[in-house]
Amino acid sequence: MIPMMLMVSVICFTITELQPGDFVSQYLDNPRISPEQIRLLRERLGLDKPAYVRYWMWMKGIVTKWDFGYSFAYTRPVGELIWERMGWTVLIALATIVFQWALAVPMGIYSALHPYSPADYCMTFVGFLGVSIPDFFLALILMYLMLQAGSASIGGLFSTQFIGAPWSWAKFLDLLKHIWMPLVVVGVSGLAGLMRVMRGNMLDVVGSPFITSLRAHGLDERTVRRHAIKNALNPMVSIAGSELPNVFSGTIIAAIVLNLPTMGPFFYNALLNHDQYLVMAFLMFIALITQVGNLLADIALAFLDPRIRMS
Amino acid sequence: MAGLAVLTVLYLVMILADFIAPYNFTATHRNFIYAPPTKIRFFDEDGRWRGPFVYPLTRSRDPVTFQLVFTEDRSRIVPVKLFVPGEEYKLMGLFKTNLHLFGVEESPDTAMVLPFGADRFGRCVFSRVLVGSQVSLTVGLLGTFLSVFIGAIVGALSGYYGGWVDIGIQRFTELLRSFPRIPLWLALAVIVPPSWPSTWVYFGIVTVLSLIGWMGVARVVRGMVLSLREKEFVLAAQVMGVPSMKIITKHLIPNTLSYLIVVSTLSIPGMILGESTISFLGLGIKEPMTSWGLLLKQAQSLSELQSHPWLMVPGLFIIVAVLSFNFVGDALRDAVDPYRTVEKV
Repeated sequence: MIPMMLMVSVICFTITELQPGDFVSQYLDNPRISPEQIRLLRERLGLDKPAYVRYWMWMKGIVTKWDFGYSFAYTRPVGELIWERMGWTVLIALATIVFQWALAVPMGIYSALHPYSPADYCMTFVGFLGVSIPDFFLALILMYLMLQAGSASIGGLFSTQFIGAPWSWAKFLDLLKHIWMPLVVVGVSGLAGLMRVMRGNMLDVVGSPFITSLRAHGLDERTVRRHAIKNALNPMVSIAGSELPNVFSGTIIAAIVLNLPTMGPFFYNALLNHDQYLVMAFLMFIALITQVGNLLADIALAFLDPRIRMS
Repeated sequence: MAGLAVLTVLYLVMILADFIAPYNFTATHRNFIYAPPTKIRFFDEDGRWRGPFVYPLTRSRDPVTFQLVFTEDRSRIVPVKLFVPGEEYKLMGLFKTNLHLFGVEESPDTAMVLPFGADRFGRCVFSRVLVGSQVSLTVGLLGTFLSVFIGAIVGALSGYYGGWVDIGIQRFTELLRSFPRIPLWLALAVIVPPSWPSTWVYFGIVTVLSLIGWMGVARVVRGMVLSLREKEFVLAAQVMGVPSMKIITKHLIPNTLSYLIVVSTLSIPGMILGESTISFLGLGIKEPMTSWGLLLKQAQSLSELQSHPWLMVPGLFIIVAVLSFNFVGDALRDAVDPYRTVEKV
């Protein structure tokens, strides 16, 4: 994984390099700042050195001191900034995955056991719809509907009175009242895909010979169904592992629209401000999560599938 | 089938957008800022049939909330006619005309027909949606074409030559695939300099979108080429001395065509959604060009949503277009899949 991460860091750096202008260029238009000051600023921040020197300095900082650089806009070390927001991001991502699975698996199973029924068509259509709606638009529609329904505080994770308050049962309930919107917005498109895959898997398994043999042995339907479900869930595990980065990136858009305290709006602002180190650190972090997700999926698959364990 | 019909309608409308739209998409109308959609009525107040018409709107300020309120002036009937002369534009960028498909013959200072209302500058949302369709729909097509093109060539090269070329390309695509799409989109979209003119930005966005898509195509094409490579006709071509590039382009890639068509149709919706997302965040298409995502950008804040919900209409168009493409792509995939055993009713 280390050589992969090295190359990932090169790509992150190149992408950020290609962006026109750097953090100081936003001051170029300001008549109160002289070109001399801008040059001094560049020197101080180390932005005037050639690309490979800066890359080397950045990597050295990460490897030796665990220092991801300095955010120009927030004037704080990048590591701190990411760490603060990581908690909510991970929480929302995990909650979304749970939400997706909790809905997709039963729907997929039901769809497969009653194929081509009206309920099946209905769920397939809803699935299609879920994939076709852009997530920011879904966020907008949900916000509009909540407004029409008279709700007062929409967006964000807490109502105004709870934002700085210490944790309490009421605060937790408030969180639940707010968190369903990000979950739905981020989860819906993945939900559709998961449901279809689950349905396909179930259909395959139910039609397979081993189910027929189980039935021939005289097992009742419920046990047969249990075996079928366990087998159908198998390929889904590797999908779950690769879903993790998708969910993470999905939270970005939803977070920007709904104003959540996660890394999404943060990354967006950093991009707009040419806050290089923040952007690079975030990209690296996401790439790391992807690798970890794939690794977890492989491990889980090996754990669940006895055939792989034996080989 | 319904998907194909909807798509045909959408693309036809897109080509004739300027003509179908009653107003120019950049023309601002001061008297109609944030006007709600005008109802096209057929029966007047006495219940008589009058043909399609609208009432002119007068704008006044509510004395209590200081908000702009539009009230219908029911004393006058302004008929909505077909083929009216209106604001000037260039039909399909070729020749100047001022004929519009429908509209009102009065000047836009007093009466306007606004099927989807007007936005912050008094621009007709319906017209802007129609013109925005030109950008949104073509970005999908161009981006997909580009990404499939690149992906097919890279995949074929990788599969045909094998060895170091293959391993190198595979490692590279694995690397790129380890990034999730949206942050990569956003990061690449910022690379397009904001100082470029609109059309260049358009092509920049198309390139950015296609750069993410080609990897999946390359992978599958590589797999197909790996199996095709062992067939006898390839051996025959090699023995005959056909140069490698020719084998790739004339024999291998055409054999993957059925898959390429299906994957193109299925990735167009992703491109359209991607472009909308980038433009919604302000990193994509810039003014004066417009796209559906950019139109939705105006509807971002809660207050906008509450007071002017008609600004959300472009989103419906996005959904319809993407849904249609998904249906068509799914049907195509089912038709091409050689393993289908179950007949769908």
